[in-house]
Amino acid sequence: MTTTPGAAAPPAAEAVEVPTPRVLLRRFLQGDLGEVRVIIVIALIWAIFQLQEDRFLTATNLTNLVLQIAAVGLISVGVVLVLLLGEIDLSVGAVSGLCAAIMAVLNVKHGWNPYLAIAVGVLAGTGIGLFQGFMFEYFGIPSFVVTLAGLLAWQGFLLKVLGETGTVNITDSKIVGLTGTFYSDAVGWIMAIVGIAAFVLTSLWRRQRRARSGLSTPPLPALLVRIVLVAAAVIAAVAVLNSDRGVPLAGLILIGFVLVFQYVTTRTRFGRHIYAVGGNAEAARRAGISITRIRVVVFMLASTMAAIGGIMAASRLLAVNQSSGASDLLLLAIAGPVVAGTSLFGGRGSVWTALLGALVIGSISNGMDLLAFESSVKFIVTGAVLLAAVVIDAIARKQRAATGRV
Amino acid sequence: MSTDGEVLALEGVSKSFGPVQALDGVDFGVRSGEVVALVGDNGAGKSTLVKVIAGIHPADSGRILFEGSPVTISGPHDATDLGIATVYQDLALCDNLDVVENLFLGREELASGAGELLRSLDEIEMEQRSHELLSNLAVTITDVRAEVGTMSGGQRQQVAIARSLLGEPKVVILDEPTAALGVRQTALVLELIKRLRDQGHGVVVISHNLADVFAVADRVFVLRLGKKAGDFDADQVSQEDVVAAITGAVGAARGDGDEAGGER
Repeated sequence: MTTTPGAAAPPAAEAVEVPTPRVLLRRFLQGDLGEVRVIIVIALIWAIFQLQEDRFLTATNLTNLVLQIAAVGLISVGVVLVLLLGEIDLSVGAVSGLCAAIMAVLNVKHGWNPYLAIAVGVLAGTGIGLFQGFMFEYFGIPSFVVTLAGLLAWQGFLLKVLGETGTVNITDSKIVGLTGTFYSDAVGWIMAIVGIAAFVLTSLWRRQRRARSGLSTPPLPALLVRIVLVAAAVIAAVAVLNSDRGVPLAGLILIGFVLVFQYVTTRTRFGRHIYAVGGNAEAARRAGISITRIRVVVFMLASTMAAIGGIMAASRLLAVNQSSGASDLLLLAIAGPVVAGTSLFGGRGSVWTALLGALVIGSISNGMDLLAFESSVKFIVTGAVLLAAVVIDAIARKQRAATGRV
Repeated sequence: MSTDGEVLALEGVSKSFGPVQALDGVDFGVRSGEVVALVGDNGAGKSTLVKVIAGIHPADSGRILFEGSPVTISGPHDATDLGIATVYQDLALCDNLDVVENLFLGREELASGAGELLRSLDEIEMEQRSHELLSNLAVTITDVRAEVGTMSGGQRQQVAIARSLLGEPKVVILDEPTAALGVRQTALVLELIKRLRDQGHGVVVISHNLADVFAVADRVFVLRLGKKAGDFDADQVSQEDVVAAITGAVGAARGDGDEAGGER
């Protein structure tokens, strides 16, 4: 650098202290290092299943895992936004089924163009979210009641839309292609390189700008470790996927939405206000934030993401039937982010937890399928994992309260 | 009238809630660069007076002058737009957000250039201005990216006060700023209040703690049962006289508390 900051430079350019192991452990327990915690959990789960069944960590199975978690992960993206507000949306499963059915019926029975059918299905989700957000906000009904009513009602609409036959089989190549498209090795590597390059450049650029403005910067070694880990993860993922069918479009769609909403929640005014409303709604209101607008838009986004997830599920199943969006889909979509560290109490968490949580839950379910567990055991294990995650969330909250943080 | 130099003046302001007369013809004012302590027993009308000024409860009758010209304050936005900032006792901070995020909550800066298209926040600008603001006030918070929930009561109060200054107000109203604070924390907040005065703000402090009042106030304004019960120069009045005015003992003894303090 040619110039040093002038006299007006803020006095905080000193190096950030390196945390001791004790501090790290405390932050770990308080949930500050949530993402590291989840990655360790995923590694443990993978190790355990690999020891039991050596088909688990094969390229074919891991590719299947990606396809399995795409739908629930997309639904979870919307759920995270609602959880950040401290609210809950119990209708996302039913909405995913209904919107997928709308798309399927328009495309199959009415011969609509697949893109148009998908668009209408997604917009139906947006409309449902608007309705539910309106009921929640203007009548002051608790969100779990509004969306519980929605859960029942949208399931009813699903049956109505499907009509007599009860099942609509999807054959359209564009819709099937959402989960059936795999990219060639070369395309996969190009995407990996572009992605890593973008990550490296934005990380370094951000650090550079902070340094130039005289603000404190994270220590360079930590940043380099982060970059190396991310790059290694991307390269490993692409290598594994390429050795089977290639990088799946479904996985890219999931990561794309996660990245977009990660940006929206952490780098825009709207996202900042979501955290503010979830942290202290009264403070947000006094700061001039329209709580009503934030809440209604978030419910719209949640239902929209549910519709997108439902369409992905239908694409993978090649059909929409009466149980689409039912069963444990709703609970898994909520459990995922919570397992990965998004608080049920609002204001804490990130969109990444939608992806990480879907990986945790998806890995457990996939592994148990490989080991041919009965569904009784599967339900019990998944329930126990969710309970453990909520307990950890509650402990983290208590820890924060004990150190003066609420 | 006595509106000379007063940045904010209330004349004959009354406010009732149903049968309860919370304020009855109160004259009140604050000059730039002056700290006025607003004291009184519970139910004396302190909070109502502040809420009238802050636009939460518009007055039933009376006039409000701001910088000498009559204004109407019918909502919180009117007050903020005029340049009246209020820091309430519960502070209204988001514990899950850091200092910078709290300071700029509701008035976040957007980046220019490519960032504008993406509606990206200008974190660097906000963080720099936070450092500037806090160092102007001599507030020492080492990590402005630490969550406000991790901070002490005094630091939280300082953040809340600093936030009220971002809109460059002319009058700052502080509701019980030292309640529930320890000795050292209280001293920090009182120092901050003095700095607000030295920077030319008109400061109104509601407090129950007369020691704090005398430590910081230039003038002590006593409310009793919705009426003015005294308006003293802080360095010409004893704590006993103020207590007497608060409890009503002085009204009978001296006729009018207004005379007691001298030259207003």
